[in-house]
Amino acid sequence: MIALLATLAGWAIVTYGNAALGVVNPVLLPTPGAVAAVLVDAIRDGSLLRHVLTSLVRVAEGFGLAALVALVAGLLAGICTPVRLLIEPVIEFVRPIPPLAFLPMFLVWFGLGETSKVAFIGYTTVFPMFVGIAASVLSVDVMLLRAAASLGARRRELIRRVVIPAALPEIIVALRVGFGLALFVIVGAEFMGADAGLGYLIMEGRTFFNPAQIVLGALVLGLLGSLVNWLLLAFERRIVPAQKGA
Amino acid sequence: MSIQVQGVSKSFTAGGARHAALTDVDLDVAERELICILGPSGCGKSTLLNIVAGFLPPTSGRVLVDGRAISGPGADRGVVFQEYVLFPWLTVAGNVAFGLELKAVSSDERMRIVRHYLTLVGLNAHADKYPVQLSGGMKQRVAIARALANDPAIVLMDEPFGALDAQTREVLQDELSRIQSVEPKTILFVTHSIREAVYLADRVVVMTSAPGRIKQVVPIKLGETRDRFAAEFTQYESELTRLVKEEVAKVHE
Repeated sequence: MIALLATLAGWAIVTYGNAALGVVNPVLLPTPGAVAAVLVDAIRDGSLLRHVLTSLVRVAEGFGLAALVALVAGLLAGICTPVRLLIEPVIEFVRPIPPLAFLPMFLVWFGLGETSKVAFIGYTTVFPMFVGIAASVLSVDVMLLRAAASLGARRRELIRRVVIPAALPEIIVALRVGFGLALFVIVGAEFMGADAGLGYLIMEGRTFFNPAQIVLGALVLGLLGSLVNWLLLAFERRIVPAQKGA
Repeated sequence: MSIQVQGVSKSFTAGGARHAALTDVDLDVAERELICILGPSGCGKSTLLNIVAGFLPPTSGRVLVDGRAISGPGADRGVVFQEYVLFPWLTVAGNVAFGLELKAVSSDERMRIVRHYLTLVGLNAHADKYPVQLSGGMKQRVAIARALANDPAIVLMDEPFGALDAQTREVLQDELSRIQSVEPKTILFVTHSIREAVYLADRVVVMTSAPGRIKQVVPIKLGETRDRFAAEFTQYESELTRLVKEEVAKVHE
């Protein structure tokens, strides 16, 4: 909290100092006041809400789809060795390619509309989530499986009653990482061929030479990121009961 | 239920080299008998237990339970592990109820059984706690209750008290022999504590050093309640100590 206030103070000192002394054109170093003014405008005409919602819907759709695919594929790969041997090399081949390299491809395939953004977010987030989920299933302690089997659990029950609950904490971490990543790449996706969204807001700030708007976009993104992370952590604590703490 | 181990051998391949853990083990365990398996570390006594549990297939030979060859783990053979292996996402009661839920026992009946076994191991007050909140001795009691609540005819115990301090260990030994007198099971109990073996067993199986085979079977004729300081008790203790020492000495030759 103190560090946060200090950062804000530092920002204010540098920018207002610059405005007073005229070291560089004050427009290039927006003051907190200038950003606040843009913020008030954006709230008043409803554009901020529209941009935030547009981005969030895209993130939710892309992430949701990717999470579903990653869960099914990750569980399958973790449980069933042949599936893993089939999927893993492909993923290890594709994964090191920076997802942004494929962004133009998504525009070519899916056009400028929503589909390309949603698909791009899905593509970016699905691999890390898959890898995390498959690893979490693989790391389930074999002793737990033995204990359950000696209590009469068969394959299906082992998966439902042991593998999934045992892997759940790590699965949630994988989903949280995926969601963070989705918020991360939405900006890039909206730089190209978008007419709304926070990435678009930032790009518009560049086009109309309004650095304060760029800063506003970045700040809102940061705020959303922390908020979502905080929500997911709270959710995680609810789902994964006292087993870890105490 | 009785157990028959017939000509069981087990070898593992590690780094290209074959390594025999058990050779030609024959053992008959009668219904309601408590057998302790004693031997130097690395003699394959846990391997034998894992084979009877169905966790590992024998390289040769077979294990019969009531005359029928086993093909994997099953609810007829409950297991208590040295490291407890409780399900950390379930409460104490949830752990004990695990096997009953698989059998679709009605929830009233389930609660009654869970309460019964938690009382038996003295943990009724901790039913809603999670395993992380328990001490080692308490966790091991939960593990015992979990195995017993499932009503297996056979209980396999792999150094169940090995990780506990001496006091807790004796308390749990008392508890086990008390439970055994109330609800007798066929028990195969692996230990490296000679005192524990003499205190609990109807017969003690002494294994040789690796590759493990059965060196000698010593019946303990001490009756139901045993005094750890009685002369006969110490006699058994020194006899078994001598047998085990011979094997330990072999390892060091």
